[in-house]
Amino acid sequence: MSRPAHRRPEYRKINKDLFVLTYGALVAQLCKDYEKDEDVNKYLDKMGYGIGTRLVEDFLARSCVRRCHSYSEIIDIIAQVAFKMYLGITPSVTCNNSGRSEFSLILDKNPLVEFVEELPAGRSSLCYCNLLCGIIRGALEMVHLAADVTFLQDRLKGDSVTEIGITFLKKLDEKKYRRKK
Amino acid sequence: MADAVLFEFLHTEMVAELWARDPDPGPGGQKMNLSVLEGMGFRVGQALGERLPREMLAFREELDVLKFLCKDLWVAVFQKQMDSLRTNHQATSLPQGTYVLQDNSFPLLIRMASGLQYLEEAPKFLAFTCGLLRGTLSTLGVKSLVTASVAALPTCKFQVVIQKS
Repeated sequence: MSRPAHRRPEYRKINKDLFVLTYGALVAQLCKDYEKDEDVNKYLDKMGYGIGTRLVEDFLARSCVRRCHSYSEIIDIIAQVAFKMYLGITPSVTCNNSGRSEFSLILDKNPLVEFVEELPAGRSSLCYCNLLCGIIRGALEMVHLAADVTFLQDRLKGDSVTEIGITFLKKLDEKKYRRKK
Repeated sequence: MADAVLFEFLHTEMVAELWARDPDPGPGGQKMNLSVLEGMGFRVGQALGERLPREMLAFREELDVLKFLCKDLWVAVFQKQMDSLRTNHQATSLPQGTYVLQDNSFPLLIRMASGLQYLEEAPKFLAFTCGLLRGTLSTLGVKSLVTASVAALPTCKFQVVIQKS
């Protein structure tokens, strides 16, 4: 039996390109509308937040993940399941504090910037992929977790890697942590 | 692989964002917002057109280009084919060079209730796609005007008018 039409490789590439190109057009439009980089970054984050609050439902419906008992488990799911599912990449994870509430996702490849060689002129503070931060923040909030999500490093700005920092703001219910004595 | 849903979610957010800035833009403002969306769709359509494999693009005549949009492009972008294509041969009311492409369950309208409830909102959700069609046609060497109309969600019609230079 032949594969359904939309599964053919050339179509899947077009589909992936569609999102990346549309995102690029959006960033270009926001750069036209807002002079300050901070404003563009803020809007990208806000839009990402809106998307994240809805995307999390889609994610939970598709992935059947188990209930998590620690922030590290959640971060692992974001990196290994969610990023893989939606962007086809698996960022590596580091934990940045002993309290295990601050983490980083290191993106080796980043499909969003496939067609971007460098930031536009005069836009050196633009966080091109800020939508991702908003998406993560919005998704986490829908599962009752408050977090700060920002870009700590950005290859487009000349850093060696692209790094997203996620800092959980409230403690998870302590009951879930407590080991059986 | 970026799931099709990512594009859908982004598109919905873009439509919401452009309207949030000025919830009651009046007819002039509304037109501008729609044309911003259409313009973005146009640029994306152009870029997509440039990425299509060359073998796909050996067209003998104008109708082949339209069939390509209805089958290959629509499947690649929306995972389904266009449901019908009408030309002036079948509908003599259509002038030559005018094509009507109908999608009976357009994915970007599906999430909204079906029927007449959100009819007024529908054009906002079609502007980007009109631009996408116009942009892809442009890369294929065809200049056009693309408009869309909705009689009842989620069915919509895209009207492509080829511009002879």
